[in-house]
Amino acid sequence: MDPVAAKFIGAGIAMFAALGVGLGLGNIFSSYINATSRNPSAEPKFKTMTFIGFAATELVLILCFVIAIVMLQS
Amino acid sequence: MSSPLHQFEIKTLIELPKLAGFDVSFTNSSLAMVVSVVMTLLLTSFAGRKQALIPNRLQSAGELFYSFVHSLVTDTAGKGAASYFPLVFSLFAFILFGNLFGMFPFAFTFTSHIIVTFALAMLVFLFVTILGFVKHGLHFFRLFAPHGVPWYVLILLAPIEMFSYCMRPVTISLRLFANMMAGHIVLKVIIAMTVSAGMAIAVFPFVLSLAIIAFEFFIACVQAYIFSLLTCVYIKDALELH
Repeated sequence: MDPVAAKFIGAGIAMFAALGVGLGLGNIFSSYINATSRNPSAEPKFKTMTFIGFAATELVLILCFVIAIVMLQS
Repeated sequence: MSSPLHQFEIKTLIELPKLAGFDVSFTNSSLAMVVSVVMTLLLTSFAGRKQALIPNRLQSAGELFYSFVHSLVTDTAGKGAASYFPLVFSLFAFILFGNLFGMFPFAFTFTSHIIVTFALAMLVFLFVTILGFVKHGLHFFRLFAPHGVPWYVLILLAPIEMFSYCMRPVTISLRLFANMMAGHIVLKVIIAMTVSAGMAIAVFPFVLSLAIIAFEFFIACVQAYIFSLLTCVYIKDALELH
């Protein structure tokens, strides 16, 4: 295969992680809405946890994005 | 048409002599940082100048800003961490105003350069590590060995925990940097699409770019919040050791 074409295909495949990250982020925020509607008084506690989870999940996508960018630039 | 990466270019504004081999010229990045600090100083000093029992709008904004960060610190890191409030407040204000200033057209976003975010993350990392050693001495290494874990699991777990601890400055800086950079590239690509599309269909990318701009403002606030939230979590780890 042409190495330039392989580079672009590789970068595209690397971004497949967005699939899982999207599912995970949707799950986190749907659980957050579920939890706050069941127990609105505990909302501040959930909010912190939600954003820590958001940060940890998003990190996967960021790392894949960086890998894709490095692949394109190499 | 200029490339979407053109906006991240660093231009020298005032040429300064080299200091020990380093180029310390005043650049547009430095200008953006100065603007961020000056905006924070203006908000906090003007909001606190005339203290009334019934606050006016500016004082309310200042109090909201202050109490938001204060509750972030005390809720996440505990009441004992209130003495580290100035650090978290400075970080939050610096990053938030830097991100928001970058949303102006032709303005420079200094958080979209990894060296800036890495320097901020390294500051937090070194502060937290030194804090842990000062508070607990060599007991600080208990951080890598959670309670109630059998010793044969620890052989595997302790190196992983130590590695993830050492990766903290990398992950926290990459998150802020990549979010700001990716957001600005997407914004510029869609705006370029609006310009290059014909009159009839240019309205669709234009509406999309408006939505992306609103989303970018949201991301600018959330990323500043997450950076200070993670700082609080690290301070809590150093104070309480799991």
